[in-house]
Amino acid sequence: MADAMNGTMTGAEMVIKALIDQGVDTVFGYPGGAVLPIYDEMFKQNKIRHVLVRHEQGATHAAEGYARSTGKPGVVLVTSGPGATNAVTGMQDALMDSIPMVVLTGQVPTFMIGGDAFQEADTVGITRPCTKHNWLVKDTDKLAKTIHEAFYVATNGRPGPVLVDIPKDVQFADGTYVSPRNAKPKTYEPKVKGDPTAIQEAVALIQQAKRPIFYTGGGVINSGPQASQLLRELVAATGFPITSTLMGLGSYPASGEAWLGMLGMHGSYEANLAMHGCDLMICIGARFDDRITGRLDAFSPDSKKIHIDIDPSSINKNVKVDVPIVGDVGHVLEDMLRIFRSGGAQSDKAGLAEWWKTIQTWRAVDCFSYENSDTVIKPQYATQRLAAAMVAHGDYYVTTEVGQHQMWAAQYIPFEAPNRWMTSGGLGTMGYGLPAAVGVQMAHPKSLVVDVSGEASFMMNMQEIATAVQYRLPIKIFILNNERLGMVRQWQELLHGERYSSSYSEALPDFVKLAEAFGGHGIQCDNPGDLDEAIAEMIAYDGPVIFDCLVEKHENCFPMIPSGKAHNEMLLAASLDPGQIGQAIEAGGAVMV
Amino acid sequence: MQRTERLDMDLKRGSTSHSAYNLRPALPEGEERRTLSVLVDNESGVLARVIGLFSGRGYNIESLTVAETDHTGHRSRITVVATGTPMVIEQIKAQLDRMVPVHRVRDLTVEGPSVERELALVKVANTGESRVESLRLKDSFRASVVDASLDSFVFELTGSPEKIDAFVDLMRPLGLVDVSRTGVAAISRGPEGM
Repeated sequence: MADAMNGTMTGAEMVIKALIDQGVDTVFGYPGGAVLPIYDEMFKQNKIRHVLVRHEQGATHAAEGYARSTGKPGVVLVTSGPGATNAVTGMQDALMDSIPMVVLTGQVPTFMIGGDAFQEADTVGITRPCTKHNWLVKDTDKLAKTIHEAFYVATNGRPGPVLVDIPKDVQFADGTYVSPRNAKPKTYEPKVKGDPTAIQEAVALIQQAKRPIFYTGGGVINSGPQASQLLRELVAATGFPITSTLMGLGSYPASGEAWLGMLGMHGSYEANLAMHGCDLMICIGARFDDRITGRLDAFSPDSKKIHIDIDPSSINKNVKVDVPIVGDVGHVLEDMLRIFRSGGAQSDKAGLAEWWKTIQTWRAVDCFSYENSDTVIKPQYATQRLAAAMVAHGDYYVTTEVGQHQMWAAQYIPFEAPNRWMTSGGLGTMGYGLPAAVGVQMAHPKSLVVDVSGEASFMMNMQEIATAVQYRLPIKIFILNNERLGMVRQWQELLHGERYSSSYSEALPDFVKLAEAFGGHGIQCDNPGDLDEAIAEMIAYDGPVIFDCLVEKHENCFPMIPSGKAHNEMLLAASLDPGQIGQAIEAGGAVMV
Repeated sequence: MQRTERLDMDLKRGSTSHSAYNLRPALPEGEERRTLSVLVDNESGVLARVIGLFSGRGYNIESLTVAETDHTGHRSRITVVATGTPMVIEQIKAQLDRMVPVHRVRDLTVEGPSVERELALVKVANTGESRVESLRLKDSFRASVVDASLDSFVFELTGSPEKIDAFVDLMRPLGLVDVSRTGVAAISRGPEGM
């Protein structure tokens, strides 16, 4: 069947050709016995850059960072056995946060599968629940089609990770290459256009709403920049307030008038109270996650709910909605905006004015305020100063690890555009941020890329500093160092009688020396007065930097909706007396995560 | 007569555990039993995917059957009997439907009348009066004998799961040794295909 487009080649050649035909320019990976033929072909070409990470988990998070910041799928290439199992965390992370990612794994040759060969693992079995779909390719003739199909599945519908497992003999054998256009799977055609009747119904609710709110999520960003643009137009046209999940930050600008800040467990007071008190909730590309809803039976009790989502299984999963609209956010918003405008763009102006007045009283609480200090750097202050420096610099991307620093980053760093904020939301993977920053910086070599980190998270994947040094990636790792697993410590204070079981670090490295040992630059700062200058030095340095910011050790992250509580039962920093914090959560909430 | 299952349940109301029409254990409050038909590509791992979905998300399966039904098109048909609240059942359907190798998901319980059948092979070892009684019951259940020795039978029985439950219960005091059941196969009534 060979013609001008299709030709005979080895499986390994096919992998490279398929990647090039899919428009891949960067692959994150780590070689090993079962992928050597593919690495050999990688060596012979120069269209694809291969980034050698230091651990396969790093490859997956780097691919996520690349994907999240470009809108293109991230590509990972690792070997069989431990290569594949090390990639599992990143795949689950991408699954939960809907990040398009294609993972290629080597496998022992087909005739050795099942014999407990060296570096054999049942990769498709292990990764079945943490991928959208996966394939074991036993026939070289099917390899190209399978890789193209994998890209299609990863990027269409709700994006996610896919895996193609390629035995070594399949890489060596000859087969016929097919081009991407012949490779669409028969069974997978997600709906992108929303049902017009449902959209009309939604617009009717929008016209009548007195206390509405837009609740948006990562789906807006996944839908592409056009969706963010349409969202901004819809917010402007309606005059409704808007909040977003952790994953959706940037789809609406933080400087926008209608912006209430992030919602959820550590979200803003005004956003959460508006969610609680609204009469119409328009959920766009978010999934009513437990960090967002708090206590389910008390979640926004008096509202009608509209839910736009490309994944039908997200509808009515946790919260029953009144108007479900299955479709791609961009397509649905376009239709919604058109219908709303053709109806004269009417909304209940008087009701809205009243609603905004109420919201202003909540805003006046100033929920992110904290008590600053002249002698100790408060982590909130450090994050604010970092944010100010980044805003002054412009063109910045932020990744984070997981914990208190992540929440402070979400609270204090403003994002004006989508694809600028990379964080592990659903899975909450410590060690995500540094490799993600590597991926982002590969895609945006001239931009400022900062990993806001904690000293504990940083150490989970700190080997990737070596990757940053090797590829001259000037990433900045800004560690809020409290010598504690801060969020764990906070929960122990709240829930476990201040018994700090294993939540402090007794043997931390000297981060400045560590940076130097890796070939980067280290900065330490422990004085609020020196902070701005030190941050300026970090940003100005042309190369990877570890910034060891020694902060107050016992600071808690507020506001907080304790688990098992409703949105209107938030804890604010100012409202808590010392000693009261241990009583803040009841036994019923303690079992929840 | 929308739901064959409802029909069976109605007939059995008020019966005792010794009756031929004994009830299956009642479902917890608010839960329903649904029979789903799932058309899938017959590719390797597809059954593991479906089963993994149920175990991973904590859904309950009462029975699951699978076999290739279209050899040239490489399609298999999976019949799942699942229980859960209506919200969970809708989740199960949506989760199945978004899987890449799944062509179609039909809820036979709610989408119109359907037929459900299960086949069982039931082995009894007995002699004398018990042997005669088991043969009599075999006749009244329209089962057939597929294997016989001087002190045992294997009966083949087709019917609703409740009918098979009832027959197996009756065989228990008559020397029941083994039961092998296929699980439910189901199809919609009327001319329309899936």
